[in-house]
Amino acid sequence: MRELTYAEAIREALRQSMSADPTVFMIGEDIGVYGGAFGVSAGLLAEFGEERIIDTPISEAGIAGACIGAALTGMRPVGEIQFMDFVTLSMEQLVLQAAKIRFMFGGKAKVPMVLRMPGGSGTGAAAQHSESLENWFVHVPGLKVVMPSTPYDAKGLLRAAIYDDNPVIFVEHKLLYKTKGPVPEEPYMVPLGQSKVVREGRDVTIVATSIMVLRAMQAAEILAKEGVEVEIIDPRTLKPLDMTPIIESVKKTGRALVVHEAVKMGGFGGEVVSLIVESEAFDYLEAPVRRLAGLDAPIPYNRTLEYHTVPQVENIVEEARSLAEGRF
Amino acid sequence: MPKQPSILTTWGEEKALNALKKMLLIRAFEEKAEELYALGKVHGTMHLSIGQEASAVGASMALKPGDYLLNHHRGHGHCLAWGGDVDKMMAEFLGKETGYCRGRGGSMHIADVEANNLGANGIVGGGVPIAVGVGLSIKLRKTEQVVIVMFGDGAANEGAFHESLNMASIWDLPVIYYCENNQYAMSMPVKRAMNIERISQRACAYGIPGVTVDGNDLFSVYEAVKEAAERARAGDGPTLVESLTYRWRGHSKSDRQAYRTREEVKEWQKKDPIKRYAKRLGLSDKTLAELDQEAKNRIEQAVAFAEASPEPDVNTILEGVYA
Ligand SMILES: Cc1ncc(C[n+]2csc(CCOP(=O)(O)OP(=O)(O)O)c2C)c(N)n1
Ligand SMILES: [Mg+2]
Repeated sequence: MRELTYAEAIREALRQSMSADPTVFMIGEDIGVYGGAFGVSAGLLAEFGEERIIDTPISEAGIAGACIGAALTGMRPVGEIQFMDFVTLSMEQLVLQAAKIRFMFGGKAKVPMVLRMPGGSGTGAAAQHSESLENWFVHVPGLKVVMPSTPYDAKGLLRAAIYDDNPVIFVEHKLLYKTKGPVPEEPYMVPLGQSKVVREGRDVTIVATSIMVLRAMQAAEILAKEGVEVEIIDPRTLKPLDMTPIIESVKKTGRALVVHEAVKMGGFGGEVVSLIVESEAFDYLEAPVRRLAGLDAPIPYNRTLEYHTVPQVENIVEEARSLAEGRF
Repeated sequence: MPKQPSILTTWGEEKALNALKKMLLIRAFEEKAEELYALGKVHGTMHLSIGQEASAVGASMALKPGDYLLNHHRGHGHCLAWGGDVDKMMAEFLGKETGYCRGRGGSMHIADVEANNLGANGIVGGGVPIAVGVGLSIKLRKTEQVVIVMFGDGAANEGAFHESLNMASIWDLPVIYYCENNQYAMSMPVKRAMNIERISQRACAYGIPGVTVDGNDLFSVYEAVKEAAERARAGDGPTLVESLTYRWRGHSKSDRQAYRTREEVKEWQKKDPIKRYAKRLGLSDKTLAELDQEAKNRIEQAVAFAEASPEPDVNTILEGVYA
């Protein structure tokens, strides 16, 4: 199959959705002639014009609000927040408006919008450009949260998000933009709320999100040489969360490790661990369920410090190995 | 028409030359930063202020020791103009323990807290509301200080900008809102981002004075900020000063600059703030070249210092998160 980068896959989803549906448009900072800070929308201005590729002033609350208002009145906007960090300036509109409007209005209105944003560290952009805030949104009823790790999922999930009738927070990762993978040319959707087993194994279950799926896959290769077979599950949609494959996997392996880049305390991992121990998988556990996540610190500028602030392949290997060997 | 007095007469030779030396130092720093980046020695991004040197130096010179500074991502020049140490800046840029922020902050977050430089900001407009609090604190502590908050044209379109100006206005706070209008916020020209001729016009919405100055003319910048500072110190409240300037380089490390023309850049380069100022001082090309070499030598020393400095210790990441 043809290979695309993660950024190209997202662009293809945008292009195909916009071509097929006049209600879909894009709005954000520097998405037009600049093509977006990470080049995701490169070329779309030439194709769709200023009316549908809308460059905004630096006004993140305004971008969120513009998406909500347009979504309420028949459009399917796709907003871009240049770095996930800046979505903190959009929070009121997202948390108190977008998420609640449908419920507060007795189910009589809908807000079919997507807000895309790149999170994560690894580029030396320091504390205010490296946040992983996905779990803030997971905590809000009314929002959906999507976090693809491959080009294939990025395209399919984005199309599903655009056609979903709810506000969807679509979290990309800066380090994933240039990664490549097979992507079908025709339009397709990956339904929201379906976890995926991306590698099968009998010894340890690893639940990983976004860039951590790639790191877990690398860790699995190393562990396989030692005879440890890791099963890896990518939830892909954090909310709604499909726990079935995770619970089934833990019943098989009896050991579980959750890996994400965001800070551990208050992070998504805590939720997954809770759901595992609340489920029938509890009876199958042979070890404590573990989490590997970002340190409780802002992302430092220095390259080495930055590297050691979030989980790396070697950390995953070590954690999974000690779980498999019964050292915990 | 009376002849305009020479700056040399008004300021005296030392002060007048110092202003030039600072501008040369800033340019040399930025050019070196760009070179180090190209050599792959920098992990991260940077925002160069080449072409905006007079805007930084003129504003800082108009203030007094003890005053406060809040600035923004394009902040290398502000820190140096404020009297920042080149060694500590270069070390920070290279992520070293000896840097201003011990390698934790980097280019976008350089702060010199001991000198009341409360830091550059990675968030567009992030410092603007903080200025209200600094102004309020000055008022409550009844000191003679003022705070200058520097931000770009893009920041004037964040909601917090409007809240901040209004609050400082109703409480007559000693804040100087210093907007460096370099014509673009990343790829967005000011003309497309707002429907007014001058950003300083926004001052009238908050009942405060607003002025626009030629930001590539050091003396005009100095005069405007000085007047705003006097007003602030007298308890008469904030002023919005708009400094018209231009960034010669791209927005950050990777910018094809498809949103502007080479001709436009060239036109602005003719208004080089350093050359203009040197001309006004009546300096010969030879003297200017000598001073420029001095600045470059100083920067080389800073690079040597930074490169010889230790990396931060990985085991200290969790230190310094809380007081
Ligand atoms: C809240 C926020 N939104 C967006 C950005 C990304 N960004 C960084 S600088 C910049 C342009 C800023 O323009 P301006 O304020 O005019 O300053 P200049 O870069 O021109 O000096 C943008 C969009 C950011 N850092 N923070
Ligand atoms: Mg600007």
